[in-house]
Amino acid sequence: MFQVFCIFIPILAALFMPFFFKKVRSIHTGWFVLIVPVFLVTFYATYVPIIVDGDSVISELDWIPSLGISFVSYLDGLSLLFSILISGIGALVVLYSIFYLNRTKEQLHNFYIYLLMFMSAMLGVVQSDNTITLYLFWELTSISSFLLIGYWYNRDKSRFGALKSMMITVAGGMLMLGGFVLLSIMGDTFSIRELISQAPELATNDLFLVALVLILLGAFTKSAQFPFYIWLPDAMEAPTPVSAYLHSATMVKAGIYLVARFTPIFAQSEVWIWLVAGIGLLTLFWGSFFAVKQTDLKGILAFSTVSQLGLIMSLLGVGAISYHVNGAEDTVFKYAAFAAIFHLINHATFKGSLFMIAGIVDHETGTRDIRKLGGLMGLMPISFTIALIGSFSMAGLPPFNGFLSKEMFFKAILSITQFDLFNFSTWSILFPIIAWIASVFTFIYSFYFVFRTFTGKLKVDQLPKKPHEAPMGMLISPLILAALVITIFFIPNLVADTFVKPAVMAIQPYLYSSPEEVNIHITAWHGIHSPELWMTVGVIILGLLMFLCLSKWQKMYNAFPAKLTLNHLYDFIIYDLCDQWIGRFSALYMTGSIRRYLSFMLSSMAIIVIGTLFIKDGFKISFEEASTIHVYQIILIIVLVIGTITTVFAKSRITSIVALGAVGYTVSLFFVVFNAPDLALTQLVIETISVALFLLAFYHLPKLKKEEERTRFRFSRAFVSVAVGAMVTLVALSAHSQKFIPSIAEYYKETVYSLAGGGNIVNVILVDYRGFDTLFEITVLGIAGMAIYGMIKLRLSRKEKNYENK
Amino acid sequence: MEIVMAFVCGFLFMAAIYLILSKSLLRIIIGTGLLSHGAHLLILTMGSFKGSAPPVLSDGVTDYVDPLPQALILTAIVISFGVTAFFLVLAYRAYQEIKTDDMTLMKGSEDNE
Amino acid sequence: MKTNDVIMQFTAKIVFFIIFFYAVHIFFAGHYTPGGGFVGGLVTASAIVLLIIAFDLKTVQSILPINYIYLVACGLIISLGTAAFSMFVDKPFFTHFFDYFNLPILGKTSLHTAALFDLGVYLVVVGVTMTIIQTIGEDE
Repeated sequence: MFQVFCIFIPILAALFMPFFFKKVRSIHTGWFVLIVPVFLVTFYATYVPIIVDGDSVISELDWIPSLGISFVSYLDGLSLLFSILISGIGALVVLYSIFYLNRTKEQLHNFYIYLLMFMSAMLGVVQSDNTITLYLFWELTSISSFLLIGYWYNRDKSRFGALKSMMITVAGGMLMLGGFVLLSIMGDTFSIRELISQAPELATNDLFLVALVLILLGAFTKSAQFPFYIWLPDAMEAPTPVSAYLHSATMVKAGIYLVARFTPIFAQSEVWIWLVAGIGLLTLFWGSFFAVKQTDLKGILAFSTVSQLGLIMSLLGVGAISYHVNGAEDTVFKYAAFAAIFHLINHATFKGSLFMIAGIVDHETGTRDIRKLGGLMGLMPISFTIALIGSFSMAGLPPFNGFLSKEMFFKAILSITQFDLFNFSTWSILFPIIAWIASVFTFIYSFYFVFRTFTGKLKVDQLPKKPHEAPMGMLISPLILAALVITIFFIPNLVADTFVKPAVMAIQPYLYSSPEEVNIHITAWHGIHSPELWMTVGVIILGLLMFLCLSKWQKMYNAFPAKLTLNHLYDFIIYDLCDQWIGRFSALYMTGSIRRYLSFMLSSMAIIVIGTLFIKDGFKISFEEASTIHVYQIILIIVLVIGTITTVFAKSRITSIVALGAVGYTVSLFFVVFNAPDLALTQLVIETISVALFLLAFYHLPKLKKEEERTRFRFSRAFVSVAVGAMVTLVALSAHSQKFIPSIAEYYKETVYSLAGGGNIVNVILVDYRGFDTLFEITVLGIAGMAIYGMIKLRLSRKEKNYENK
Repeated sequence: MEIVMAFVCGFLFMAAIYLILSKSLLRIIIGTGLLSHGAHLLILTMGSFKGSAPPVLSDGVTDYVDPLPQALILTAIVISFGVTAFFLVLAYRAYQEIKTDDMTLMKGSEDNE
Repeated sequence: MKTNDVIMQFTAKIVFFIIFFYAVHIFFAGHYTPGGGFVGGLVTASAIVLLIIAFDLKTVQSILPINYIYLVACGLIISLGTAAFSMFVDKPFFTHFFDYFNLPILGKTSLHTAALFDLGVYLVVVGVTMTIIQTIGEDE
């Protein structure tokens, strides 16, 4: 129970942040926030010993039991790894943000509320075993990402980036929900574990492929895969701690998580392998190729993130091959999934530190434009060292952790050439080639990033600020991450045993039943004859050569026509198509006259209802059921009609209001006649108060003007009102004359005393049977009261304020 | 009686719509008042007036009228009171700010949209 | 507008209490006979309106120093709390409880959580009605 509660700790903590921000102004709000991820990471660390043995822990909280929807915290190797990443990187990011965001100038409470909301959502995504709650948390990550990107909401680019990321990820999320629903229809459960256990039967279903594609679309949009990656570079408008956290370490990995989690179900399908491996590889190449074009530091990192996500994605796709190979746990096919998880950890460490360095450079020099930067090495030696470690690891050089996972990536990609099912033998040679070219570009942009910023000529006159080394507090987080980058290189197998192997077991339960069975030992040296060594050497040589003559060929990027980019397509769809064309079309009937809209709506309603009544032969009139008419009823009707006519044609407002009151009192007398004492009582009092209110308010209002309108419009007005009146009469007659379903009133009459302990059925319905209605009704009433209060009172205070200003 | 009441409801709706489509805010609000009266009576009519006793338990009576429409109407009456009051204040404030209660003049011109 | 009608004010004081007790009566009787929170609240509000007519807004406010906005909030909390209470004893949201007790003086009485819910409704109705009348009335 506490375990599932832990998911909600951040979002609950968020409730107190405005308080801390407002009341404890002398302490940076971030220090209070820091407690949450530090607590969570220690808490999740206590699960490590359990998970290492291959066990899993589950904790459940019912939400809508009748629909089988519950909050579940399911911790196995995969979700624990992600949970520790989320809370661990979260702690470092919060620490970093304390020094990055100014205590007095920024809206810190907003920032931390969004950040904590994201933390909860992300923990929910990786721990949920229930697809519906998984979807819920998934969308919550999109929303909090939207809010964080738009944190500096007065900047145009922030708003644009926020909207773009939301449009794309939420659209993907909706598609994914469709996939989940299909899966739950096929498997008759929302639980992912139960779906996995019936994976072979699911594969035979016709809807299997549709669900597969829908869920992949969700994962691809979230993890910024080609062609949906376009939102990620624009998301870099967010404050740098956010980019480091959401857009490199955690949220964009939600798609990776989803693919890993659903691998046991979908690995059976060749479409899955083709799509995940193919799109992943394409993204890997595309991202690294275009990263070299960027001039914004964070832009380079954004494209590099896209590319690295593609790498992990393609490894997961290749990893699915092991499902189709007998005894895969002893062949080369075992490496792919392992390498995916291992690289995921490594990527979080080096990319996190690089983002933080980019933030520091931005913070201390005032620009992120790489053309203006250079020669910062002497001024910012610590930042330079960290950046060097991070980018060398990213480039795949020893002695950094990126080298290990990069070698393993080559090994896994090479394994695909030995696979001969599903037409792979024809195309498989392309995979290592593309991967190798992409790695060359990865090498180039890593060097580009670090050397263009820190070496070369210092251009102080072009920098908005005088550069100097960042404060120590800001350097702590990237230092910790850089230290991890090196440590992991020297103790890779400890990391593998603790985190990677349990996660691999969760991805490939069909291969392993316990983490010890994952028979992989990470070594830095594979021998002089291993192909991956020579691939790395080739990357280094070609990469160095190309980096040295970068200025010669970087111009070729300008040759790509701007009209053909995906960004252009997005802008076209959102701004040209929706805003311009559709806007022009809707301007034809949106004239701005509310009365005309209302006439259109009312007359079409009347036409549709009356039409349906006659086409479907729904109109009937029968006098049999009708009750008898008494004389006093006739009198009431006459009074009502006279009152109504007076209301409509009254020349003065007082006549109008009094006539309306008369109509109201007559209605309450009707209630008396029709055996509805509660209604009569209420109507009577309400009418009294209403009339008082009308008189009070209209004391100030102008006299009724005799309406000077053209006769044609009055005629159309009369026509619409007659049509609506006729519609109501016809519907009332038909409803009275044919009753297909007996009234549920019998149930109330029978149980009112025994079940609800009351005598007045109407009142018992209000407070008991249909209490929900009443609850919402008084809420609406309360809102109306507040609104009225606000309209009058708040305006007064504004007036006073204006007065003070003068 | 139900037949006659159906026509009465139709009449109330007709008058209400006629008022709602007018220019003056005041008439529009009065129209909404009439509309809610019409709707209440309509619900009651559609539920039929059968039964001879009000829906309050008492010994020896079984022939109660249908309580459900009454419960719905009770909710509706109070809500419509809240909404009418809200409209009233809205109109009152609008008149204070822009000195008109004419819908066509309230629309504003092209450049201050 | 300052009114100084002594007879009117004297009668209003008495009638106010009569109406108010009538309102309390129909509020409690609501579960068995016509009445309930809505009507009770409205009748109470109209009693206060009567006072406002007889005296004036300022005087009534000094007699009944109630912030009606808070009254609305209290009512909503009571209603929601009653509805949510059943969740803590593992029953679906909005399950009501009732039983019969032999209380001193009153004799056999049924105590019902629905009455608490209705109390919330009562407070909201009084609060909203009075908020509306007060805010409009205070505005010059």
